[in-house]
Amino acid sequence: MSKNKSQPDSTVCKPGSQVIVDMLIEQGVEVIFGYLGGVVLPLFDKLYDAPIKFIIPRHEQGGCHMADAYARATGKTGVVIATSGPGATNLVTGLATAMMDSVPLVAITGQVRTSLIGNDAFQEADTTGITRPVTKHNVIVKDPNDLAQTIREAFYIAQAGRPGPVLIDMPVDMQLAECPIPPKAKIELPGFRIQYKGHARQIAAAATAINASKKPVLYVGGGCIISGASEALRAVAKKANIPVTTTLMAMGAYDQNRPESLDMLGMHGSAYANYAVQQSDLLISVGARFEDRVTGNLETFAPHAKIVHIDLDPSNIGKNLHVDIPVVGDAREVLEQMLEALEYKPRKEWFEQIAAWKASHPFTYDKNADVVKPQYVIEEVCRQTGGDAIITTGVGQHQMWAAQFYKYSQPRQFITSGGLGTMGFGVPSAIGAQIACPDRVVIGIDGDSSFNMTLTELSTAVMYDLPIKIVLINNGFMGMVRQWQELFYGRRYSQSSLKNPDFAKVAEALGCVGITVDKKDQVAGAIEKMLKQTKPCVVDFRVDPEENVWPMVPAGKSLHEMDGLDIFEMA
Amino acid sequence: MKHILSTLVLNKPGVLANVAGMFAARAFNIDSLAVGRTDDPTLSRMTIVIVGDDKVVEQVRKQLVKIVEVVKVQDFVGQDVVARDLMLVSVACNPEKRPEILALIEMFGGKVVDIGPKFIMVEVAGPENKIEAFIDLCRPYGVKSIVRTGTVAMARQTRTKTEE
Repeated sequence: MSKNKSQPDSTVCKPGSQVIVDMLIEQGVEVIFGYLGGVVLPLFDKLYDAPIKFIIPRHEQGGCHMADAYARATGKTGVVIATSGPGATNLVTGLATAMMDSVPLVAITGQVRTSLIGNDAFQEADTTGITRPVTKHNVIVKDPNDLAQTIREAFYIAQAGRPGPVLIDMPVDMQLAECPIPPKAKIELPGFRIQYKGHARQIAAAATAINASKKPVLYVGGGCIISGASEALRAVAKKANIPVTTTLMAMGAYDQNRPESLDMLGMHGSAYANYAVQQSDLLISVGARFEDRVTGNLETFAPHAKIVHIDLDPSNIGKNLHVDIPVVGDAREVLEQMLEALEYKPRKEWFEQIAAWKASHPFTYDKNADVVKPQYVIEEVCRQTGGDAIITTGVGQHQMWAAQFYKYSQPRQFITSGGLGTMGFGVPSAIGAQIACPDRVVIGIDGDSSFNMTLTELSTAVMYDLPIKIVLINNGFMGMVRQWQELFYGRRYSQSSLKNPDFAKVAEALGCVGITVDKKDQVAGAIEKMLKQTKPCVVDFRVDPEENVWPMVPAGKSLHEMDGLDIFEMA
Repeated sequence: MKHILSTLVLNKPGVLANVAGMFAARAFNIDSLAVGRTDDPTLSRMTIVIVGDDKVVEQVRKQLVKIVEVVKVQDFVGQDVVARDLMLVSVACNPEKRPEILALIEMFGGKVVDIGPKFIMVEVAGPENKIEAFIDLCRPYGVKSIVRTGTVAMARQTRTKTEE
């Protein structure tokens, strides 16, 4: 190893496993989620003495979701470690989930020693090959001289620009080799440039369009949460007087209790958000990407609107639809840059129209039903927590109801798998969020099918004394596919129901508190009891099995062509 | 429309897989791909030829730039470029036919690189359409086998605007 002449003594050499730990400490890592295995033993031996909290999940996928939720709850980079082969492949779903929702993660996987790579060795898998499409970047360390810098670069890349997961594959011989730690220097990656500031001319054009607009809508995505744009967003919405709708990924980016909030838009969005978008003359997209669940039929999406698209990732702009005023830049920076040029316009008619839609088409359900309605459970959770809990979810109907009936007021308060739609995200994400925010109430709103996939992680919550609460919306179905089968397949419920265990007993067996609720008048009391628990607690709400999520824009339809609006007449 | 994307990448293992994988994952088609080192040993150049409308090509360019090891992407469309393919072709050729085939090779600025009693192997470099024309003219004699590189291209330094 040739030493840098100007700094002859500054390069220290240590075993790679120790260098990994040193680099994690240098990066400010406070907690690691991970699972042991043969080729990561050298690393785990060094972690034994490291001042880093370690959480062992019951399955690597759970660990990856925990690291993901930790990152979403804090904005810091989540770290997950797994062994080679099956350990690494078990991370794939977690990495893909983080990739789709732009979550900064660093995953370190063990690998067989370099001389065995390609020989089909025990627990060998082509981890970089397998994870390439589900990571922002991945790399295998094959030279001890590269080890330290590779870790620094991984943390940099995970956070830089649009965040995402970065995987480092670490052969066991690299962990054992003497590796130098070069002095810390600014990271320079050729060609890797991120444009945080928006172009002044584009921002001026956007501001002019906003000032001229009679019916503008701010359409806000997860980018606003990542960039910490809530305050800037509030300032822009207030100064220019614009209603705000958020995507599923942006719940909490804008306080839903404010009158100008239109709540969520899209397939299961509010009628008033969808109508507003369809009638708007200017749609200002901030950190969102015009995904199909948001837009419905693109041909007829926001047909009267000019589109302003603010996004840090240039490839998002113009990917799905034509944009009139593209602005490449960070959501917060661009909004702050824009604020000065915005003018207040009363837009009386527009806000009156919106108020009328809100009055006639709120999110609602049959409140007189005798059965337990899932929406009621979530409303009650919101009421009893004062809208202040951190909510995580699985994927399906319960996820949509959690978005519709809990009112979010803070960013990073709602943690859900939006892009990939990963069932089973609920329990591990509640654990990750609780570790990130030990003093907050963390509630995993889960469905029975999602819960079945990862309920084993309740043991992890018990082991680390994490008082997570699981609100189980148990309808005995894979509810969302059942809803589609009801609506589009003539109620032929092919393979969409499960024989569930007694979840309260399962929870008790795992060391949690388990409660079962099957009557409407038990709901409030059960939630009250749940919120008092210091142990992990699962409340199994046996809800109306065939309740549907309304409104619904059927796939391929226009955003204003919502089904299920007739239920509003019951309200 | 055909676009030539001259793509400068870090000369590291796995970069080709990252680039090719991105094309596959996003359902973009590669017409041809040629990779080689540059004068700087840390960098390679990929010359990627794609066919698509402006929207597709714009996405391809943006997605390429997002790959961490991609340093720079240049779309040569609308520029005066020198674009060349290289081909080795083995043509059936008995001694009687040699004079005509040799004349043909000369016309195309090709080079005879191997010859036997029943065949002749030729190296031809040039724009794609010239290569295609040469193949067409060889067909009547019997083409035994063809090996072609993808296009490599460089913009002319003189900045004279010409038609594509």
